[in-house]
Amino acid sequence: MAETTVNVSTEEKKRVNPQMENFKNVWRKLRQNYLAMAGGILIVLFMIIAIIGPWITTGDPLAPNVADRLEGPSSQYWFGTDHHGRDIFTRIIHGMSITLYIGFLSVFVGMIFGVVFGIVSGYYGGRIDAVIMRTMDVLLAFPGILLALGIVAVLGGSINNVIIAISIFSIPVFARIVRGSTLSVRKLEYVDAVRALGASDFRIIFRHILPNIMSPIIVQATLRIATAVLTASGLSFLGLGAQPPTPEWGAMLAAGRNYMWEHPHIALFPGLAIVLVVLAFNLFGDGVRDALDPKLKS
Amino acid sequence: MFIYTVRRLIQTIPVMIGVTLVVFLMMHLIPGDPAQIIAGESANEQQVEQTRERLGLNDPLPVQYGTFVGNAVTGDLGNSIRSGRAVTDEIGARFWVTVELAFYSTLLSIFIGLIAGIVSATRRNSPLDMIIMITALFGLSMPNFWLGLMLIQYFALNIEWLPVSGWGTPQSIILPVITLGTAGAAIIARMTRSSMLEVIHQDYIRTARAKGVKERYVVYKHALRNALIPVVTVVGLQFGVLLGGAVLTETVFAINGLGRLVVEAIGQRDFPIVQGAVLILALMFVFVNFIVDISYRFLNKRIDLD
Repeated sequence: MAETTVNVSTEEKKRVNPQMENFKNVWRKLRQNYLAMAGGILIVLFMIIAIIGPWITTGDPLAPNVADRLEGPSSQYWFGTDHHGRDIFTRIIHGMSITLYIGFLSVFVGMIFGVVFGIVSGYYGGRIDAVIMRTMDVLLAFPGILLALGIVAVLGGSINNVIIAISIFSIPVFARIVRGSTLSVRKLEYVDAVRALGASDFRIIFRHILPNIMSPIIVQATLRIATAVLTASGLSFLGLGAQPPTPEWGAMLAAGRNYMWEHPHIALFPGLAIVLVVLAFNLFGDGVRDALDPKLKS
Repeated sequence: MFIYTVRRLIQTIPVMIGVTLVVFLMMHLIPGDPAQIIAGESANEQQVEQTRERLGLNDPLPVQYGTFVGNAVTGDLGNSIRSGRAVTDEIGARFWVTVELAFYSTLLSIFIGLIAGIVSATRRNSPLDMIIMITALFGLSMPNFWLGLMLIQYFALNIEWLPVSGWGTPQSIILPVITLGTAGAAIIARMTRSSMLEVIHQDYIRTARAKGVKERYVVYKHALRNALIPVVTVVGLQFGVLLGGAVLTETVFAINGLGRLVVEAIGQRDFPIVQGAVLILALMFVFVNFIVDISYRFLNKRIDLD
């Protein structure tokens, strides 16, 4: 008896193994990709900055200091000061958490809704599919930043409204991808098999379909964060997102615009910060895609 | 082909209905009374009531929507709150500026993107390929408004080659077009590269090479043709993204286009203008996508989209 029990548990372990192997495989490929690892390390570094940065920078990101306004980069002010004399380096460090907060949260919310719509659409098909996908088509018909712009115009400019706008703006992208993947997985034999065993739709979707379509979702989510950060900074630059004196980078660029011609450092550093964060997510996202999708691996 | 075109045209109808519905509802989702907003914040109760009556805001929503679409079809998108002029007049004057900006930027991104992508694919894993791909990644990661600011700083202020702002003269369009076209060029370069690489590994390319066809001929005649098919789709999508991106570029360069109009109107709470401009931009995007789908089908007769 004891022996049988042991056998069963090894059997079970073996059944779990393919997924574990797959994960190890992906991780190994990802580790060999230097650019992707650089992106990943940068992302971790940015998260650490977002969390502990405000504690280790000494200056106040909001308090004006008229005596030192518009000073160039120096050993005291690494990135110089802005038109209120605030240390730009301190403000950029404080802005990191805002940027990541908007990026992660908006993509997460958009992803949840997009995945639900996509799976329901692909799994059930028929009328509900038509209604959901036509709605997504409508959302996609507003080019680029325009949908987010319209939503913020209605709701008013604030960080939370930017998150809502970018979430809605991300939903159709996820919904389309997930629907496509669901359609291809749904027809596979193993899904028929579990259905024949009497599994409920809910169980089939969550236990058997979702785990098999995770790859494109993860890839899209990573790349989408890059887009979200760009869009959010754009909205703030237009005065429709984070409001001054919040140290959001797009808002910093907007506020510094009138002074940047004489003092280029005001616009240089917040912009570079945006580029670095977006670049990190793009690098990592590209790497994850190559690792997860062997077809594209050259 | 004709049947496909008609069918694809019919497919755009629900999308257009949806777009008009969303734009119509925008006005009703704004916190506050639409009549008050349109009459202006300083309007008294009587004026608000008159506005409500004049615009039919007492009618049930579906009736209002019908009126909105009916008016829009005949070219009436209401009047600007600030200037009192017809929204279509305000938009009409600026429409072509944005179309021009997006068009030139698309041309630039196709031109640079294709060359960079082909060079990258044919010299795969060479230092040149890496330089191009890393540059493309930067181009993709840069906020276009910041790129615009930096270009102004250098080309207009430091070395004074080009004007700081405006639109119309050949010199003035250079910086905005670069600003708006860079991200598109990066995307097209990446797409072209991966599409070429995929095609190059296919059997018929190997056959062509085995037959002794010149490499140059293989690349341009056999590979590129087929590799371009997915690129066409990206170009179409890109044109839409550029219409949206024009909002930021026009703001940076103080260009009087549709995008800047939207931003100004939002700031002034001039919602009929916002509604009208957003509607026009979205319908234009729907139209462009329609054209792209048709040409996609035309280029790639193998696939059947039905």
